Amino acid sequence: MKDDRSIAIRLSFILIGSIFIIKLFFIQVLDENYRLAAENNVMQRLIQYPYRGLIYDRNNQLIVYNKPVYDLMVVPREVELKDTVGFCQQLGISTDEFHEKLSKAKSYSWYKPSVFLKQFSNEDFASMQDLLVDYPGFYITPRTVRAYPYHGMANALGYIGEISKSRLERDSSSYYRQGDYIGISGLESEYEELLRGKRGVKYRMVNVRGLEKGSFKAGKWDTIPQIGENLISTIDIDLQEYAETLMEGKVGSVIALEPATGEILSFVSAPSYNPNILTGRSYSEYFSVLSKDSLKPLYNRALMAQYRPGSIFKIVQALVALQEGVITENTRLRCNRSIIGCHGPHSFENLQGAITNSCNPYFVQVSRKMINQGISEDTYEDTRIGLEKWRAHVASFGFGSPVGIDLPNEKGGMVPNVSYYDNAYQSKNWKFSNIQSIAIGEGENLVVPLQMANFVAIVANRGFYIKPHLIKAIGEHHESLNEYREKHYTMVDSKYFEVAVEAMAEVVRSGTGQFRAKLPDIEVCGKTGTVQNSNTPDHSVFIAFAPKDDPKIAISVYVEQGGQGARAGAAIAGLMIEKYLNGCTNRTHMEEYVLKGEFIY
Amino acid sequence: MKRPDDIKASKLDWLTILVVVALAMAGWLNIYAVVFDDQLDQNIFDLSLNSGKQLLWFGISIMMIVLIMIMDIRFFDSFAYPIYGIIILLLVSVLVFGTVVSGSKSWFELGFIRFQPAEFAKFATALAVAKFLSKPQLKLNKLKNWALLGLIVGIPAVLIALQGDMGSALVFCAFIVVFYREGLSPLFVLIGLITVALFVLTLLTGQLYLIIGILVVASFLIALGKRTKKRISAIVAIAIVTIGVVMSVDYVVNSVMLPHQQNRVKAFINPEADPLGYGYNVTQSKIAIGSGGFLGKGFLEGTQTKFDFVPEQSTDFIFCTIGEEHGWLGSTILIVLFVILLLRIVFIAERQKSNFSRIYGYGVAGIIFFHFTVNIGMTIGLFPVIGIPLPFFSYGGSSLLAFSILIFILLKMDAHRMQVLIR
Repeated sequence: MKDDRSIAIRLSFILIGSIFIIKLFFIQVLDENYRLAAENNVMQRLIQYPYRGLIYDRNNQLIVYNKPVYDLMVVPREVELKDTVGFCQQLGISTDEFHEKLSKAKSYSWYKPSVFLKQFSNEDFASMQDLLVDYPGFYITPRTVRAYPYHGMANALGYIGEISKSRLERDSSSYYRQGDYIGISGLESEYEELLRGKRGVKYRMVNVRGLEKGSFKAGKWDTIPQIGENLISTIDIDLQEYAETLMEGKVGSVIALEPATGEILSFVSAPSYNPNILTGRSYSEYFSVLSKDSLKPLYNRALMAQYRPGSIFKIVQALVALQEGVITENTRLRCNRSIIGCHGPHSFENLQGAITNSCNPYFVQVSRKMINQGISEDTYEDTRIGLEKWRAHVASFGFGSPVGIDLPNEKGGMVPNVSYYDNAYQSKNWKFSNIQSIAIGEGENLVVPLQMANFVAIVANRGFYIKPHLIKAIGEHHESLNEYREKHYTMVDSKYFEVAVEAMAEVVRSGTGQFRAKLPDIEVCGKTGTVQNSNTPDHSVFIAFAPKDDPKIAISVYVEQGGQGARAGAAIAGLMIEKYLNGCTNRTHMEEYVLKGEFIY
Repeated sequence: MKRPDDIKASKLDWLTILVVVALAMAGWLNIYAVVFDDQLDQNIFDLSLNSGKQLLWFGISIMMIVLIMIMDIRFFDSFAYPIYGIIILLLVSVLVFGTVVSGSKSWFELGFIRFQPAEFAKFATALAVAKFLSKPQLKLNKLKNWALLGLIVGIPAVLIALQGDMGSALVFCAFIVVFYREGLSPLFVLIGLITVALFVLTLLTGQLYLIIGILVVASFLIALGKRTKKRISAIVAIAIVTIGVVMSVDYVVNSVMLPHQQNRVKAFINPEADPLGYGYNVTQSKIAIGSGGFLGKGFLEGTQTKFDFVPEQSTDFIFCTIGEEHGWLGSTILIVLFVILLLRIVFIAERQKSNFSRIYGYGVAGIIFFHFTVNIGMTIGLFPVIGIPLPFFSYGGSSLLAFSILIFILLKMDAHRMQVLIR
């Protein structure tokens, strides 16, 4: 019996040993989770954010750079607060906020640092540094935010911000992590992948207190951060600032570009805001102020606002009609005001005269000739054929679809087509008289200011355009994008443009109110547009380019409720051209006129 | 006739010594691995490190072993009770004069050396138990004798528990191995095991389910078997007692146990419930061991233990270092070494001619077995955390010295086993 017991005891030793060995086999050999948990314990992924690329203007002026700010980090495990209230007072937060932030950090990790308060300025940093000596568990880490030495161009530049949840879910490249900064609008968004560079990751080992214990697996998985590419903008920041000044207190847009290259010289959407306010700690505060503003400063009118083009569209009609051979430059038509109202003393003009006088009946008649060419016996069918032909011509000028600027959210405007009218009239029974207002840029036509600027560049180039763009070169080697070297020809031959150019020169030379765009030493070509509104004052539209024979600048100005095109529009365009070509303006009375902003009289 | 203390080296059980030395050396290397930091230039012999201090204790232990070897073999038999008495005195005085270290008032501070009488109470109690049980005319069917035995084991256990060192107090449960071998009815062992099992089951499944389960089983037993009055009343009585045990669990956990002990129980049931709070030790310990894989990360390459994620890593949780750096293979070798040691001790005990030596041998086996089971069991989550060291392996001078004394007294007895026949 005693022997049995001895054996029972021995067996229990072996049993326990076997249980241990089997259990260990399960957790050590079969279960991967413990290995992963161990790596997670010691491995700290240190993300090394590269500097975001800088942006320069066309004359190498720095317009966007990075400014250091400081984040207050917390390691919950190390926090020892004797005086929570005092700490909160120093930080300027409430104790509730403090506990909320701390528990958020705890839920992330007890021993890994997480952001407690974001983006202190340099000045705050100095006082903070002294303070933190008494508060273990809190650290400061530097990071950068965007900064802008010039206060203009906010809408074109856009802003960066913490990536949103929905954006993070949509990110198919899975590059981004929560808390990353990303370009949200404007150039920051469009060139995000170039500007952001490539994040580096350093894996290091830490002990339980977060102290560094060397690199993980001798840095086998580490990657070095790549600095973001610098961008060279086409913008002339001086001209840009000038344009912003001129647009102060007004609603609208000014777009100036170099016709031969499609390079945008200034790009103003008014009202605007100082881009510096959407960086740093007060981002969300300012953002909500801006987004609640009834004048919508965050709305980029230059490429999103869709307006009826008004009289400037008459030039398009003229060019299309010439190409189609339904008129010549000598075609004279009576200013038959029973067709449609007109203005000014004229009665029987040729094409140039009709453009100069902006004769409505002339262009309605021209359009009828263009659209009803008698190809089909059936008037309805003939109109349909004509409208499609017309539409194709107009579209070749960049109307009706986004022109392709290097900014997000560009709108395409609207050039009505057959199916549009079929829908509108719920039948195929419509003819030219139903749609004739498109002839003079009213009716169903919609264009965005950028398309107007592009159009005037086409006229300046006598028949082609290069997609307007804001970035002309990228990185150290100043690589340009092929997309912005390609010439897009319209369907109208170059030879037909001369008459339009002459007419536009004549508009400025001898027109009634257009003197405001007239310059003593430069021949400016322009065209007014006055877009009528039923209840509010007219929108003032002016497109122009100069000099006539070797155009260096093309410009479109759209001032909402700015009166006739010859007033706000022409004045601003003239000043811009003068400033750009001469480097300064001498016409202070004109500047005063614009700055005063009283265009309705 | 030879003099009794005339001992030949060849008579010592070298297998046991080999295993013990292997354990101590492996332990020493692991103690070094725990503190090793490749950013510092450290030497394993550096006396400011635990590994250096442990080496010092090796020396002290060897001196003590030599002392045991040259002592008269009759000393341990004759002085079993006085030794026990002295230790009890020490245990009482440590309650008065002791120094508190991590919550337990169980240390004497002598200059730069600290020593823990509780560690020495184990071999002293083993001697006293052996002395008592080996009394030739002892009648083990008398309740009084069991009560006396219970006192011999219970007094030091209670005194140690009073110091706040529950782990070392529980070690005295190990004497159940001795009692069982010497004739304690297996029924008691069974009842003990069932109580523990019921306790754990209650914690894991919840009171209500277990009570329902017991009632269902009892009803079945009554319905299926012979329905004699005696049988039914026995089943009912057993059911009532087991339900009583089940219902007492909440009370024991919430009212008898101290908060940190409650947490250890909670951590044992579900360490994931609060992995950063009470579940931290077990979670981190399992991560360290589990991350070792089959072959381990290599000597000095462990990260969990070295970077302090595992608490008490050179003492109670030393097994984590083996698990992490030497993987399943290393852990298995260590476990096999312990099993060999235990089997060898039982083998040695069984070949003793005197009852005193045999009973002492089982005491040694029981104590080492308890330490081995509980220590490794807790690091892999099979036992609640009970802070006791891994024999010969964990860092700690008192523990090493006490285990050396414990086992070398047995080896001394074994070497003289042929001589005691005369008595």
